[in-house]
Amino acid sequence: MNFLSLVSLAVPVLLLSACEGSLNNPYPDSESDKNIYYDSFEERPRHLDPVASYSANEYVFLGQIYEPPLQYHFLKRPYQLVPLTAREMPEPVYYNADGVILSADAPAEEISQVRYVIRIRPDIHFQPHPAFARDDRGEYRYHSMSPEAINAVHTLDDFEHSATRRLTAADYVYQVKRMVHPRVHSPIAGLMSKYIAGLDELASRLKTANEDNPGEYIDLHDYDFKGARAIDETTFEIVLKQKYPQFIYWLSMYFFSPMPWEADVFYSQAGMSDQNITLDWYPVGTGPFMLTENNPNRRMVLERNPNYRGELYPEEGEEGDAESGLLRDAGRAMPFIDKAVYSLEREAIPTWNKFLQGYYDTSGLVSDSFDQAVRVGSGGEVMLTEEMRARDINLLTAVTTSTFYMGFNMRDDVVGGDSQRARLLRRAVSIAVDYEEFVSIFANGRGKPAQGPLPPGIFGHREGRAGINPYVYDWVDGRAQRKPVAKALELLEQAGYSNGRDVRTGEPLVLYLDSPAAGPGSKANFDWLRKQFRKLNINLVIRATDYNRFQEKMLKGTAQIYTWGWNADYPDPENFMFLLYGPNAKVGSNGENASNYENPEFDRLFNIMKSMPNGEKRQQVIDDMIEIARRDAPWLWGFHPLAYSLHHSWYHNAKPNLMANNTLKYKRIDVPLRNKLRAEWNRPVWTPVIILVLVLLVSLLPAAILYKRRVERSIR
Amino acid sequence: MISYIIRRMLYAIPILIGVNVITFVLFFVVNTPDDIARMQLGQKRVTPEAIEKWKADHGYDKPVLWNSDAAAAGKITETIFFENSVRLFVFDFGRSDSGRDISYDISQRMWPSLAITVPSLIIGLLVYITFALTLAFFRATYIDTWGVVLCVVMMSISSMFYIIGGQYLVGKLLHLVPISGYDTGTEAIKFLVLPVLVGLVGSIGSSTRWYRTIFLEEMGKDFVRTARAKGLSETVVLYRHVLRNGLIPILTGVVVILPMLFIGSLITESFFAIPGLGSYTIDAINNQDFAIVRSMVFLGSVLYILGLLLTDISYTIVDPRIRLS
Amino acid sequence: MPVIFLTDGLIFLLLLMVTAFIWYARRHEHLRVPWRQVGRNGMAMSAVVVLLFYIIIGLLDSMHFHPRVETQNSTESRYSNEIISVLDVLLKHLPEQTEKTYSAPFATHAYAMETIDHEDGTRTREYPRLQHGGTHLDDPENRGQDILLKSLPGIAAGLLVWMTISFMIVMVLARNAGVTISGQLRYIVHRQTALPWHTILLTLGAVLVLFVWAFYLSHYYHIFGTDKVGQDVFYQAIKSIRTGLMIGTLTTLVMLPFALMLGVMAGYFRGWVDDIIQYIYTTLNSIPGVLLIAAAILMLEVYMSNHSGDFSSNAHRADLRLFFLCVILGIMSWTGLCRLLRGETMKLREIDYVQAAQAFGVSHVTIMIRHLLPNVMHIVMITIVLDFSALVLAEAVLAYINIGVDPSMSSWGNMINSARLEMAREPVVWWSLSAAFVFMLGLVLAANLFADAVRDAFDPRIREY
Repeated sequence: MNFLSLVSLAVPVLLLSACEGSLNNPYPDSESDKNIYYDSFEERPRHLDPVASYSANEYVFLGQIYEPPLQYHFLKRPYQLVPLTAREMPEPVYYNADGVILSADAPAEEISQVRYVIRIRPDIHFQPHPAFARDDRGEYRYHSMSPEAINAVHTLDDFEHSATRRLTAADYVYQVKRMVHPRVHSPIAGLMSKYIAGLDELASRLKTANEDNPGEYIDLHDYDFKGARAIDETTFEIVLKQKYPQFIYWLSMYFFSPMPWEADVFYSQAGMSDQNITLDWYPVGTGPFMLTENNPNRRMVLERNPNYRGELYPEEGEEGDAESGLLRDAGRAMPFIDKAVYSLEREAIPTWNKFLQGYYDTSGLVSDSFDQAVRVGSGGEVMLTEEMRARDINLLTAVTTSTFYMGFNMRDDVVGGDSQRARLLRRAVSIAVDYEEFVSIFANGRGKPAQGPLPPGIFGHREGRAGINPYVYDWVDGRAQRKPVAKALELLEQAGYSNGRDVRTGEPLVLYLDSPAAGPGSKANFDWLRKQFRKLNINLVIRATDYNRFQEKMLKGTAQIYTWGWNADYPDPENFMFLLYGPNAKVGSNGENASNYENPEFDRLFNIMKSMPNGEKRQQVIDDMIEIARRDAPWLWGFHPLAYSLHHSWYHNAKPNLMANNTLKYKRIDVPLRNKLRAEWNRPVWTPVIILVLVLLVSLLPAAILYKRRVERSIR
Repeated sequence: MISYIIRRMLYAIPILIGVNVITFVLFFVVNTPDDIARMQLGQKRVTPEAIEKWKADHGYDKPVLWNSDAAAAGKITETIFFENSVRLFVFDFGRSDSGRDISYDISQRMWPSLAITVPSLIIGLLVYITFALTLAFFRATYIDTWGVVLCVVMMSISSMFYIIGGQYLVGKLLHLVPISGYDTGTEAIKFLVLPVLVGLVGSIGSSTRWYRTIFLEEMGKDFVRTARAKGLSETVVLYRHVLRNGLIPILTGVVVILPMLFIGSLITESFFAIPGLGSYTIDAINNQDFAIVRSMVFLGSVLYILGLLLTDISYTIVDPRIRLS
Repeated sequence: MPVIFLTDGLIFLLLLMVTAFIWYARRHEHLRVPWRQVGRNGMAMSAVVVLLFYIIIGLLDSMHFHPRVETQNSTESRYSNEIISVLDVLLKHLPEQTEKTYSAPFATHAYAMETIDHEDGTRTREYPRLQHGGTHLDDPENRGQDILLKSLPGIAAGLLVWMTISFMIVMVLARNAGVTISGQLRYIVHRQTALPWHTILLTLGAVLVLFVWAFYLSHYYHIFGTDKVGQDVFYQAIKSIRTGLMIGTLTTLVMLPFALMLGVMAGYFRGWVDDIIQYIYTTLNSIPGVLLIAAAILMLEVYMSNHSGDFSSNAHRADLRLFFLCVILGIMSWTGLCRLLRGETMKLREIDYVQAAQAFGVSHVTIMIRHLLPNVMHIVMITIVLDFSALVLAEAVLAYINIGVDPSMSSWGNMINSARLEMAREPVVWWSLSAAFVFMLGLVLAANLFADAVRDAFDPRIREY
């Protein structure tokens, strides 16, 4: 029976061999000579409504569709904001309580109003969308549809007509108001209400309006408010209640992208959402691409927006960009590709294998495929392996603007608090948990053990000797070296623990770590962590929970030690330092300070630092703050991951940009080269199958003989 | 007959209510509405107000089972349980917590599931019956003995090995099929070959052995002996008598799983990234989308009960002596 | 200082029950005869030997205690807060031989290159020597030769152990049969014994030699390589045995009382009792199992995070999760047995002696325990052995959906699940998957072969073939 099962295995395979082209091509053969970019996505985007979306996997799509006023320059480093739909960079104008204009360096307390005036380009149009379509009489076709008509549509393709409209300043103002729309859940509504004048008051007005007419469309044009206002067709202003220099960064985020009121009316019609037609599912933007297929169970497809104005590829970049060919397309109208197909891939392995087969143009690197792709040179420099070089695959590396850390809950009786005993315990643990080893085992060295909260590339970060954390590291032979475990044991002794036991009570010291991690990788991780604490004779109990339970614990402040991470919203030290700012504590005020760390001096310096311009003075304040934090050690500073990405030789204009999300428009694909290489790499291997079939046939012989004998016998 | 069917369907109602209560209780012990809200709202900067607002919008701000604030009948009807469960009985699955129309999603994702389960079932039946019949034919020879041993070995191997091995060998080393994914229309075939094959090989051991026992049982019966005594050749006996009679228990055994084909296979679908109902369920569990989980449990139960009913009916069709009472 | 985990206690309770059952079966003809038939089946007896081997390891791994810690003042005995098992003491060398990361079976060098600082200040990129695997070799080139050389004492020791045990067995057999030892040996060699001792001893020999050889070599090499954090894979695979056995057996233990009681009650009383019980099991059966398990595991997580003080160690948490998994698997799997028992009881209650007992006014409870229960025992037995292998296999699938045993617990499911990622590495890391495959196949195959023999013996319907 073994041979028969193998025959059945071979049959469908043989049938398939009739098809042409590579057998394992996951895309239709007809697509092969089109100018299409292929990529994968891991998680279904939850929200594509720019005012509600706040996660990187959604920004992959939103970035290509929506256009806020500003963007990050694609090539220049350090990251620099440049106009996108704006005509020039807006400058804040400061007013005091009497309406008098103040200079930019006026003390923050005196400022009672900040005004940003933004002028947008007049040549921008929205993508074709049924919401804009009008009939012969100039009435909107699809703004008051009958329930029957709505029941007949299932996707946006079912609408016969579509049209466009010019982008106006009012569209931006409309979006600002939507942040507090009672039926939209904007994650930054709370934050922005602190800064944008009159936003909280608008929120309560809209709330009453919603309660009076539940479910009805609320025309936001009827609700003027002082925080955002269109001055004319292409100019609008945003008014802040206080000085907030980081606000300019927010203007490059999708919360501030334009929203046409027509779309809101269109999607708000009763019954629309029952047909799954919502703004969360079908975005409408002005960007270079538009979402034409949204099937997050399988794939998402972006196609070129026919109404796109054709932004030009940047003419200048960083040093070395011209040499690496990044300026070859300078001055040409973007985008360069016609279509982008993102396929759902839940598992890392198939994604990686498909990349190697040439079916994805670019890929990240997970730890398990690392050794196959990258070799670290004797000097620590990274280079690709022979196998990768043979395929002409390219590697890009960048230090991410994020940090993964292990925190102590400062409200905990054992590890928390301001007592010297707890502080020494925290420092001892900081030394014992060897993040160099962690990075080398779990990230193949793709990370930089952190010396403080600020990752490289953020203002305030210091390299070299001046940058080391003196409580954990020594500077030896021009390198930071972790202090020996003996030092940690000594600290522990001072803290009143001997050989893992409390000297006073004799009780063994047991610490608890809460981790939201689960899945196949976590066992190794936990084993490693326990090993680190065992160095200090401390028994570490790991409580792995799902993310929800974890968050609940953090909110209640019942965790003891935890691991977490932070990804920068914008490249400013304020965005990291506020993770340790007392009033921003998790417990009580539901902030992002998960350790509930509170140090009055740190908090005072933070308030000074946050509104300072970058410069020597600011660096001084930041240094002082970091020193306080290192001394108190509320975190094990963890590490800053390095992002490695690979791309094939046919994929051009790749440069890691961790702040910008709208980078698809810069990319160019060499389709003939891709087809050639794909065919080369994916020749089906038939030999084993043929051998298998032969073996089967041979092993059939004895059975056939037996069969013959048996039939003969029964006849006789 | 018809009255019997109607009676059985009425009998299904208390079962479905029971299923509903159990899933409901289980998931609300585990997930408070706060959890669900937090899960749906994302990770950064979620304020308590936003959670309250989300709950109110999705009807999770009411008491779970008993509303003591409401008047009269409202005590029961104005609860999360009542509002979410009663609609299920008319197959109105409502909206998922992420805002999608569940019925539409189910109708879309049903097809990929069927595209795997139906060929697996049909090809599987053909292959297993062929093997079983071969083994029965060669009974008491070394082919049978080793065939059975091989069956036992194959069924002692975890299905995970078949999937991992198949993907590695056929997809990665031999370049014969795409490693994972799915497409519509005829393009789907190349994606289906491997999952179907793996499913087939994975259950070859147990099925073949089971069918072999059925055939051997038939062979021991009197009419087969009579046929053989009449001088009919072994092959004729095998095809005309053993196969035909053995098919009855095999096919009636298949009937019970027919409706479940819609649900698809949880593991295969998530391994091969096939957007069917199986991976839909797994995703829903991972995303804690309570509305989808509840709908899928309900659907699963309905199909299970339908399977039982179909089995009963098929028995009467096959064997008229059995009367449905 | 001994520690008894919930599952430890239960597994020994189960052992007690099995012993009691054997004692009971010996005195009852209708049970003894089919078991004799099982005993005559050579394949089944080989399977029993293999199963016993697994069970002994599992039981050794189920005796936990806090090891004593050496302290300065010897008057006061102190215990470490670590919990280890008897098996850990026997295999003490394995968890200590931890490498940094992956290494292949019998390797002397790590699997991945590393930057090494030399004393003269230069840095090179090379495969470093392992800290434990093959360190006794001065020249790693001689590895093949060394493995062969080291195998000899290993195999010899295995043979010695085998011969000692075999000799004791033969001696006991000879005394019972009243023949000389050499006479008994002759019977065995010529296969003239009632039980297939020939096969049993050969299987025992194979298992012992293999194990002793592996055990001996594991002092010098990582015979199944090491995993991502450098732990010995052989050790993990052995530690996983307990998990597999627990899931396979405790589940049955948990469900048995319900299935027996409800099944017999439904069949005996019929009427509304039957209706209710049928309703319960149809409802439970209708719920897709995965969802039930997922919900239960999540529920446990919530409970544990709310009562985190009660769980002082990871081992306790993992153990409770294992137990809970058994319970929930039991809840899902009792329905099948219950239905079978109900049907059988319905037939039995019409039989004259039950009718007679009823006529004499014997209480229902007595009738059920005295007359019905013993007569459905064969169904229970067949179900238990058949379910066992299915449950061991199910664990692997559950681990994939993250609803299996605790991730910190060694289990084949967890091994397979992490091996999934390793298959994508190049060169491929195949040993974790292979180790899990070999150990799992051994257990499940033995269980399946044994189950076949039991079914053939107890189910007269199929006995013919």
